[in-house]
Parts: sequence; C-alpha cells; structure tokens
Amino acid sequence: MATNPERILLAHGGGGRLSSQLIREHIVPKFKNEALSELADSAHLRLPSTDICFTTDSYVVKPLFFRGGDIGKLAVCGTVNDLAVSGARPLALSLALIIEEGFEFELLDRILQSASEAAQRNHVIVVTGDTKTVEHGSADGIFLNTAGIGVRLPNVILGLDKVEVGDKILLSGTIGDHGMTIVSQREGIGFESPLESDCAGLAELTCALFENVPGIRFMRDPTRGGLAATLNEIVEGSRRSVEIDERAIRVRPVVQTAADMLGFDVLNAANEGKFVAVVSPDAADQCLRICREHPLGRDADIIGEIVKTRDVPLVELKTKIGGRRIVQMPYGRELPRIC
Amino acid sequence: MCLAVPARIIELEGDRAVVDAMGNRWKAKTTLLPDAKLGDVVLVHAGFAIALVDEEEAKKTWELFAEIENFEKTSNKVSG
Amino acid sequence: MLDRIAKAQHTIDEACRKLDRQITVMEVCGTHTVAIFRSGIRSTLPERLKLLSGPGCPVCVTDQGYIDTVLELADRDDCIIATYGDMIRVPGSDGSLETRASNGNVKVVLSSEDALQLARENPGKIIVFIAVGFETTTPASAVAVKEAAAEGIANFCILSGHKLVLPAMRALLDGMNDRIDGFLCPGHVSAIIGWGAFAEIVNEYRRPCVVAGFEPVQIIEGLAEICRQLAAGKPELASVYKAVVTENGNAAAQKIVAECFEPVDGYWRGLGRIEKSTLALREQYGRLDAFRRFGLEDKPGKDNRGCRCGEVLCGLIEPIQCPLFGTRCTVDKPVGPCMVSSEGTCAAWFKYGQRK
Repeated sequence: MATNPERILLAHGGGGRLSSQLIREHIVPKFKNEALSELADSAHLRLPSTDICFTTDSYVVKPLFFRGGDIGKLAVCGTVNDLAVSGARPLALSLALIIEEGFEFELLDRILQSASEAAQRNHVIVVTGDTKTVEHGSADGIFLNTAGIGVRLPNVILGLDKVEVGDKILLSGTIGDHGMTIVSQREGIGFESPLESDCAGLAELTCALFENVPGIRFMRDPTRGGLAATLNEIVEGSRRSVEIDERAIRVRPVVQTAADMLGFDVLNAANEGKFVAVVSPDAADQCLRICREHPLGRDADIIGEIVKTRDVPLVELKTKIGGRRIVQMPYGRELPRIC
Repeated sequence: MCLAVPARIIELEGDRAVVDAMGNRWKAKTTLLPDAKLGDVVLVHAGFAIALVDEEEAKKTWELFAEIENFEKTSNKVSG
Repeated sequence: MLDRIAKAQHTIDEACRKLDRQITVMEVCGTHTVAIFRSGIRSTLPERLKLLSGPGCPVCVTDQGYIDTVLELADRDDCIIATYGDMIRVPGSDGSLETRASNGNVKVVLSSEDALQLARENPGKIIVFIAVGFETTTPASAVAVKEAAAEGIANFCILSGHKLVLPAMRALLDGMNDRIDGFLCPGHVSAIIGWGAFAEIVNEYRRPCVVAGFEPVQIIEGLAEICRQLAAGKPELASVYKAVVTENGNAAAQKIVAECFEPVDGYWRGLGRIEKSTLALREQYGRLDAFRRFGLEDKPGKDNRGCRCGEVLCGLIEPIQCPLFGTRCTVDKPVGPCMVSSEGTCAAWFKYGQRK
C-alpha cells in the first residue's frame, strides 16, 4: 500500500484508512477550526440568531485553474456571495469534494489551500464536508459542492415584489471579466491574455450597504448568464420593466476586445465578484458612495432604473448612440462565431 | 457574416503570426497578406489576417482602437 | 463620434424630406443585421427609411439539403466534423449538430487551420470541415485545402457551402424584390473583393452601393451616403470603410480562392437556384472535396412546413409576418435557420426587437 500516493485512488473515498489519511493530512490542516477538527458526522454550531439564510451550490468549472482564481476560491466566494446578496452575514460553509480517480494530490492541495485562503479572507469557516471518489472519466478532475449559512442582518427585507417604478439599478463594477477569462483558458479556443477573473467575496461590502442604507429592495450576483440573465430575472420576478443605459455599463477594453474576437456578448458573460442591486431612488447616492469607497466597488455605477411597462415587461437598453433595443434572457451557451 | 477585429502583429515567422489586441494574443496566419510586416495592424477573421488596417482611419472607426495607443505605451512592447 | 452621428442623421433626414417617399435600403450582410439591431439604429432613423435585411447570413441561406448532409456525416463513426460555432444549432429535418453531438465527434473550431490540425492529430478519422461563409471566409478554406494537398494529408476534406454575394444581389433585383432603392454593402466581404466589385450593380441596375463597416458610426454614415445619393438622383459606388477596404480588395486572397474553387449553380434557401453563386472545389482538389469523397449530391432539401425563411431572406416579409415567428419558432426552439443563426433576421428581431 502506498503511504504517500501522488494521485487519488478510489480507496480515498472508501471511508477506510486512505480516506482518513486524506482528511487528516490534506483537508483538516487547511481549515483549522474546532467544529471541523472534531470530525463528527455533523458540525455543531451556536448561532446568534434564528433568522438564517441557507444556500447551496455546485462547482464544475473548467479549467480548474484560471487567472485570478481556481475552483476552490470560486466555491468559497460563490457561496459567500449568495449569502451576501441575500442580506446575510456569512458564517459557515460545508465543502464536499467529488474527486476523479487519478487526480493529482498536488492539484488537490492547491485547490484546498485556495479555498482555505478565501475562507479566511471572507471570515467564514468550513465546518463540515465530505469526500467521494469516482472512477476515472466520471468527474472532469474534481467537482465541488458547498452549502452555506449566514445570519440575516436586522431590518433587511428583500424581494422582487418590493420593486417600484423609479427604483434605481446599481451595478457594482465591470462586467464580463470572469466569463471571458474562462473562455480564454478553455481548451480548443483558448488564447494568451492578461484577462483575470473578478472572483471575490462581497460580504464585507454588502453588509456595509445593508447596515447603513435602508431602501435596498433586491440584490443578486450576475453569475451564469451574466447581467442579461439577472436583469431578465428582475423583470420576470417583479413584473416590471427595466431600462438601462449602455454607456453606464463598464467593460474593460481587454474584455470587450476578447468578446469581439469570438463573437461573444459581454452582457451574457459570467461575473464572480459583482452584484446588481435594485434600490429606492433616495438610497442610490449613498449606496454608490459606500461602494466606491470599497476596493470591490470602485467602478460601481447606477446603470438604469425600473420603468413603467408599456405593453409587456422587458429589459430595454438605451444604446451608446441613443437608439433602443431589447435585452433577452440568454440561451445558456455562448459559441465562438465567425459571422 | 464577418466578425473581424483589428490587431497588431507582434510576432511573425513565415506566415505564422501572433497578433495582439488590447493584450489578448491570438495565433493568426498571414498567408493571405504576404506583405504584412511585424508591427502592422491587420484585420483578423477566422484565424487569418485578411486586410491591412490604416491606423489613422482605424482611430476614427473603432472607439476602442483609439485607446490602443495608450495601452501600448504602458505595457509590453512589440517583440522582435 | 456622437457629432458625426448627428451629422449623418441630419443628412438622412434631409434626404428623406426631399424625396418625400419611402426609401428602402437593403443590407446583405448578417453581421450588419445584428450590428444594426444591437446598436438600436433603427429607432433613430426616420419612419420613411426602411431597412431590409437581405440574404446575407451564410447560415440562413444554406439550403436544408446541405444541413441534412452535414448531419448524415456527423452520424458516421469514421468522421470528425469540424465546424465554426455558427452551425451548431442550425436545425435540419431531424435535429442539429448540437443535439446529435452525443458521440463526441463534433468539434467547434475557430479556424480552418484548427480543422487541419485535427486531421494531423487523428490519423484514424476523416476530418470533414464544414466550410460555410461568404467571400470573407472562403480564402481561409482555400488555404487549408492547399496546405492539405501540399502536405499530402489524406484524412482531411471540406464540405463546401461557400456562397457569393453579388449573384444573390442580382437575383434579388432581377426577380424577387425590385423595391430596393440601395444597398449597404458588406464591409469585410469587400475587404476581400474590393469596393469596385459592386460597380456592376451601380451601372446595370442604377442603385447606390455603399460599403460600410460594422461600428454604429460606420453604418449610419453608410446610410447617410446612400440617402444623399438617392436625393441627388445619382447612384454611385462608394465606401465609408476607409480603414480596411480598397478598390481592388485582397489580390492574394482572390487568387488562392480562384485556384481552389469554381463558381457553380447552387441552391439558396428562399431564393432557389442561382447561377454561378456557390463555390465548389475544382477537380484537381477532388480528394479534399467531401461531396466527391462520400458520393454526396448538393440537392435542395424540403423546407419545414410553414417556414417562411425564404421570404424573410429576400426582404419580402418581416419576421413578424411569418405565422411561426415567436410562437412555434423561437430562439429556443427554432424551426428555420433565420431564427437559429446568430445573424438571422428573425433571431435579431426576437432578441433585440419586436415580438408578437
């Protein structure tokens, strides 16, 4: 039996000696906390409130490592953000790994280290987890799953039913960075680029907003499907119409150029360190001020507002040249085009 | 039917080029532009440089292109 | 840029006022169709100026028969289909490359060179490159064909669906839609063929032809020039795409295409059979021709019942006039290529504009 294998074996998920070794030597040391170290079947937590937000997510990103992050950092930040935009202060996460037989330990350690650093930066602890292994070919390297809990901040009432005509739409920064970075490193269509994912946990910023500004109606992070999907979700959920100004949406030139070359639409590209908020008109200025004082919100801007529906609720874009067009819900898969 | 983007040739060996657009680098072939030189700005379509781009006109045509000059001054220089 | 746009819009307004009738301008480039919609230009133009989208989307005008042929080849175990992303969702009579890709033999490539590389890396398979596109894209296929021939690569072939823009423009003016007052000509096709290529349309049919690029300012300035010419009663050949397009185009590209391909009669969805409008590989490159290699015929397919893509492509009806638009035919469940293609008129209307 190999005492220090370089790659994952199926036995590492079997619940026996190798599983134990994997957990004690590779996982626990990276997430030092009482709850996890107990290695009980479940983590015992005493929470300061019963007003809890609870979320779950799975991470299957390819490539596993990209400029600006990796699947480990993505998993922690993504979960933190789901809680953050729900008006909660994130507290604790579970982290489950599904690892393909043959996966290199060196890569696993890098991913876990990344997740650990992200957790520390975002003041959350990984309190419980699980590890399974699957046969070679079944998991694309590694899949992660998380669940997260956070405590709802006081006096936060969010909901698309609260959205009113005149409310402003705030976008916390540039769009398309994560989506285009992933594309630039994807096999077959990858290319050399300084593009970097915006992967980051937003809780510190969102908590500052929720704690200081009343009148925030709704918040969401525009991940898969990008800003286009989130705006359409706002329309669908609120049955109101949205009007946004293309000139207010910030896109880094390196991102726009990459999208232009491949025929991708930046409005549909994923973002992993941004949020969209619908806020009352009175709250807009203060929200912007707080955002811009924070490193993750420097490029925040009001990009539009909720308007009266003319005949059917939709997202309308005022273009750079003063024209108008509709922004649809994206199909769900962008393909590189020549036309 | 023609997605094509202006990019500068920063490496050229035979008809195999590397082009740069705002720091993004793609491989492109200059088979269709035998007179293309290092430093030229070309229009790239489906992995091929298909036309030479007049830089002065380019600044009037593409909003982003006008920013390229600034970008190039502050980042990697043309290699070769 | 904004003041240039204002100036161009002023020219358009003046011309429309002077002419005092509806002006119909057709663009024959799918990339123009999409650019026009995405920049919201239509909403800034006077009512009298009608913009028609013509058969400029190479995927849309690709006949159903060709698409079914591609799907037949995709089903073979000895083939790998290499295609530009644009073709993946186009529906044939029974599914698309997307729905039929389950055996993993459909690869999206960014370049014909990538397809050739696949052939080098997979000696046990026949790589079939789906060569669609207008004059902008044809040279890329020609280069790959010549390289494959020179290197003696035996497991590479192309299924040519390449088409020519000018024969389609003539067919439109000759038969199907003579209400076109002027053409906004495709910027990147012109980079290859030169703006001078449209002289025959100006001289024979007395219609303004103005070549424009794809940025909003380009399109508006192109439209302004067309309107100016119409108001002056003098149709001319012009180009506002000075950064890229010359009178004679790219001679090296034209030469390599002529070496490898010859124009033959072909089927265009909606326009039917057009003389010398499609490119077929010349006999000396027969081994690289998928049609010859697999014994396939380029025959028209049967269009889906009720699909009126053909009339939309000719500019005879607007998408909203097709009974399937937005109901049975949507971006998620497209019936015809006009809805699937990222550049299709119906897709553009659906995504950026009106719905029923």
